[in-house]
Amino acid sequence: MKKLVMFLVAATGGYLHQQSVVRSAAGEIRNNEEVIRISASTFEFKPSEITVRKGMPVVLELTSKDRHHGFKLSAFELRVDIKPGVDEKVRFVPDKIGKFTFLCDVFCGDGHEDMSGTIRVIE
Amino acid sequence: MNDLMNRRDLLKLAGMGVAVFVSGATMRASGTEQKMNDSFYFVQLSDTHWGFNGPNINPDSRGTLKKAVAAVNSLDAQPDFIVFTGDLTQTTDDPKIRRDRMAEFRDIVSQLKVKAVRFMAGEHDASLDRGEAYQEFFGDLHYTFDHNAIHFIVLDNVSDPMAAVGEKQLRWLQSDLKQLNKDARIVVLTHRPLFDLAPDWDWATRDGAAVIESLLEHQNVTVLYGHIHQEHHHMTGHIAHHAARSLMWALPEPGSVPKKAQIPWNAAEPYRGLGFRNVEAHVPQARYEIEEFPILRG
Repeated sequence: MKKLVMFLVAATGGYLHQQSVVRSAAGEIRNNEEVIRISASTFEFKPSEITVRKGMPVVLELTSKDRHHGFKLSAFELRVDIKPGVDEKVRFVPDKIGKFTFLCDVFCGDGHEDMSGTIRVIE
Repeated sequence: MNDLMNRRDLLKLAGMGVAVFVSGATMRASGTEQKMNDSFYFVQLSDTHWGFNGPNINPDSRGTLKKAVAAVNSLDAQPDFIVFTGDLTQTTDDPKIRRDRMAEFRDIVSQLKVKAVRFMAGEHDASLDRGEAYQEFFGDLHYTFDHNAIHFIVLDNVSDPMAAVGEKQLRWLQSDLKQLNKDARIVVLTHRPLFDLAPDWDWATRDGAAVIESLLEHQNVTVLYGHIHQEHHHMTGHIAHHAARSLMWALPEPGSVPKKAQIPWNAAEPYRGLGFRNVEAHVPQARYEIEEFPILRG
């Protein structure tokens, strides 16, 4: 419950809020969603280049292999903590075309500054 | 004032003086019982990253800080005090190496002629152990001090690895501000930008807006910070924010390239983009002149 509240606070305003972005309690995947698994470890995301389609619901399944990281995709007002042993699911529907940066926003060590990736949204 | 003029003449002769930035602020009636007739200056050094090793970024990583210390010591008129705005050391997972680097850094800066030195942490110093080692060597993570009727507030936005000041420190700040007149001269020293300079580059403070909101109640506030490894000036309302250069590597202008990356060393222009600054405070006018200086060679 606490995590859900924190997530909704981070996603206030803008498209995501209007589209009622929620984390399902059981974390189940819905039929029309594209699932993308992203693992975080010092100091990289795998994969770091992701392509999705505009208007198609996306679920990002985020895991950490080693330590506390963060995932921040400010273009879509998404952020979540990623901690070892806790799988995080983040849903959103890309509503704009372009190339957008995501990054680790929890300082995780020497190399933290390089820990980022991009999401490309295409038609 | 003669001393200041002599200092400038000397710097000009040495080819060091580069630019002067004037932070606009209007004359205010005195709101404090402390003396306000003085002009004085202090030096800001930042992002020394002692322990960094990257020959293609800075082949003089073991010498740049020492050159900066020598440059400050060579100033004709010595500053009233010196501040280091964070990232004193390069981060490491190894607690022993972290402490070794802090000890080496402390030994080097002990060579400064001016012994009034104020430190603050950067995320490289404090984020991995919540400031435990930093406090052993340099003291509190947030504190205040007063100098010639200017109230200096050192804010910690790094010991929380999520880059937040936090509720507890915010309440401490608000309590401190309540004791000051609305026209008090206030200088905030911190590491990260308090405003959203470039969130996609991690150049922000998560709850910086709350800090700024608290500061906006006062008329004469200036923020000096580091973290972004370049000179940068920005206004949030009537509050001026000035970022300082690094003493280890330079970074590109915010948003100027797709991915933030250290600027490689240029042998044709060694130490380009690195430097320190003098901040001359004109207390009655609540005005600050900032002079940027490059690293001296040899």
